[in-house]
Amino acid sequence: MNNATNNPSNTTTNIVHQAEFTDTHALNIPTLSILQEDGTLFAGAASPSLDRATALKIYDSMVFIRILDERMLAAQRQGRVSFYMQCLGEEATTVASAAALDPKDMIMAQYREQGALHYRGFSLTQFMNQLLSNDQDLGKGRQMPVHYGSHDLHFMTISSPLGTQIPQASGYAYGQKLRGLPNISLCYFGEGAASEGDFHAGLNMAAVLRAPVIFFCRNNGYAISTPANEQFVGDGIACRGVGYGMQAIRVDGADALAVYEATRLARKLALEQQKPVLIEAIAYRLGAHSSSDDPSGYRSREEEARFRQQDPIARYKCWLKRKGWLDEAADQIACDALRQEVLDALKVAEKRAKPHIDTLIGDVYAEPTAALKAQLEQLKSHIRQYPDAYPLSAGRFE
Amino acid sequence: MAEMNMLQAINQALDLAMAQDDNVVCLGEDVGHFGGVFRATSQLQEKYGQNRCFNTPLTEQGIIGFANGMAALGLKPVAEIQFADYIYPAFDQIVNETAKYRYRSGNEFNVGGLVIRTPYGGGIAGGHYHSQSPEAYFAHTPGLKVVIPRNPAQAKGLLLGAIACPDPVLFMEPKRLYRASVGEVDEAYYELPLGEAEIIQAGTDVTVLAWGAQMEVVAKAVALAEQEGVSCELIDLRSILPWDQATVIDSVLKTGRLVVSHEAPLTGGFAGEIAATVQQHCFLYLESPIARVCGLDTPYPLALEKEYMADHLKVFTAIVDACNF
Repeated sequence: MNNATNNPSNTTTNIVHQAEFTDTHALNIPTLSILQEDGTLFAGAASPSLDRATALKIYDSMVFIRILDERMLAAQRQGRVSFYMQCLGEEATTVASAAALDPKDMIMAQYREQGALHYRGFSLTQFMNQLLSNDQDLGKGRQMPVHYGSHDLHFMTISSPLGTQIPQASGYAYGQKLRGLPNISLCYFGEGAASEGDFHAGLNMAAVLRAPVIFFCRNNGYAISTPANEQFVGDGIACRGVGYGMQAIRVDGADALAVYEATRLARKLALEQQKPVLIEAIAYRLGAHSSSDDPSGYRSREEEARFRQQDPIARYKCWLKRKGWLDEAADQIACDALRQEVLDALKVAEKRAKPHIDTLIGDVYAEPTAALKAQLEQLKSHIRQYPDAYPLSAGRFE
Repeated sequence: MAEMNMLQAINQALDLAMAQDDNVVCLGEDVGHFGGVFRATSQLQEKYGQNRCFNTPLTEQGIIGFANGMAALGLKPVAEIQFADYIYPAFDQIVNETAKYRYRSGNEFNVGGLVIRTPYGGGIAGGHYHSQSPEAYFAHTPGLKVVIPRNPAQAKGLLLGAIACPDPVLFMEPKRLYRASVGEVDEAYYELPLGEAEIIQAGTDVTVLAWGAQMEVVAKAVALAEQEGVSCELIDLRSILPWDQATVIDSVLKTGRLVVSHEAPLTGGFAGEIAATVQQHCFLYLESPIARVCGLDTPYPLALEKEYMADHLKVFTAIVDACNF
């Protein structure tokens, strides 16, 4: 058997003399699972080093997001919010991974990662202002609900086109390396988005250009109605990372400890070796895709019930209780209080004014162009003529 | 001052920008050690290192996505798309991401440091995919700036203006002129303003408007018309988006006639936008219909390229017809 290396094709290979095809599942990538349903650890598993404050902060963010999701989906049903997307069943993937990062690491998300944003410190009021697109929204009311972003919290503003943030995260991380920053980027995306060309572009570029970025795939089984087996036939997403020449790991996405540990190690690897890492978290999208979707058209109640048993919050809570870090009664009171706080914040946010009409032409460019200013003036004189048709803006300028 | 061709002027602009600001980074297919298939990035990797001037894998959506990310951090990436004909895989990144970055985030983030350089245009036997002029696709994209120079001195000043500009800029380079256009260029650092047209020659009978490589063509047509006693006001638009409406409108208010010419196909071409705007502002002053002399509404052909192109004779005919209307 000859070993052929150092050739222009950049391959390292053994030469064989009988045809051998390699199977897609040849890698057989395992799934890291640390925490059992009852809150004990699997035999042979070690708990990541988590102090009590951090462990409780992870729990608080997961619970916050679950309650926010539950209340805001209801608010959408009442017509108080135009659109909503829950993260039900995936709270551990986003919160525990964010917890393993440095607060100055850039996060580039898809749209189902509000847990990471809350962990970073995005306040209830800030969530509400974005969801209600009022004049206090950091995004100035321009994007649909759930498209959050915060420069201060190093959380890139979300956009709807899927996968576009993947090569951007590679470029951002490359910039961090170029500037010698002690930080990395983490990019979240779903298994459906991983079918976009930007996934291929972003991973290959990060690998070739050695960008310190963690690609974090939430494989939750569905892209809207499309099950994962109609999305790809390879062994999930993790195997693809190996194909691009980066290290990859698969974790149980309902296990906060496994997600935390995998992300912590991936970050260390990315930063110390200045190269990308891929994490695939196996989860289940328990809720509908969005407030515009009804999953009963494409999957069974039985399937949903089966996965509801694998609740990431319940599992993590068992662990906290076993450690004596969580008191059931106090937790119940806190959750009830939070439900009320969310409703109160909603009431405040929906009473706030919408953004001023001048914001329509701001930020298209650093400075509005002459043509844009002329269009705004024309619009204002039109509104002066028909004020009743534009109640949000009429009477709010000169 | 030194005599140089357009590629040398572009190369000098990149060199000066990289020397002045560590944030300027050049990337794209073959731009590294090789210096680009047209040599626009020649010697930059040697001078500024592999981290600041590098080859990327062959993926246009990746190049622009990656550059968007760098710009979001505050770097000033100058990303090269090897031919404008191959910019479409990056269309989503440019239109949905680059152009909307600042607006959609409420100015929390922006990619204003980004410049996309790309060779465009025909006349080089490039067939379908080495000849296109896609500026009109991007002119329909708020948030983007689109700039096209006509000669070496313009190329250098406008490119430095684009790199300094706080908005993302698509910088389209007329590759037919890369080596053919030679002129005196100030070797020092200088910027030319974006969004401003330039009146090349004052006239009173008809306004003739074009940009990029087409300037050379319309200048020939104008010379022919002048021999026939027609006084032409020749304008280089320079910036497609935002475009200098005031200069063009003022000119047409004076001349009463407008001929616009571009290489790209007629339907949906940027001449249509100009014609609509000018007729709105100059309605009572127009003495003839606004003429558009453009490529045919076909893919860019190979064998019949000469017939296809909006050449100087077609432009000359349009000028004469406008004056005789």
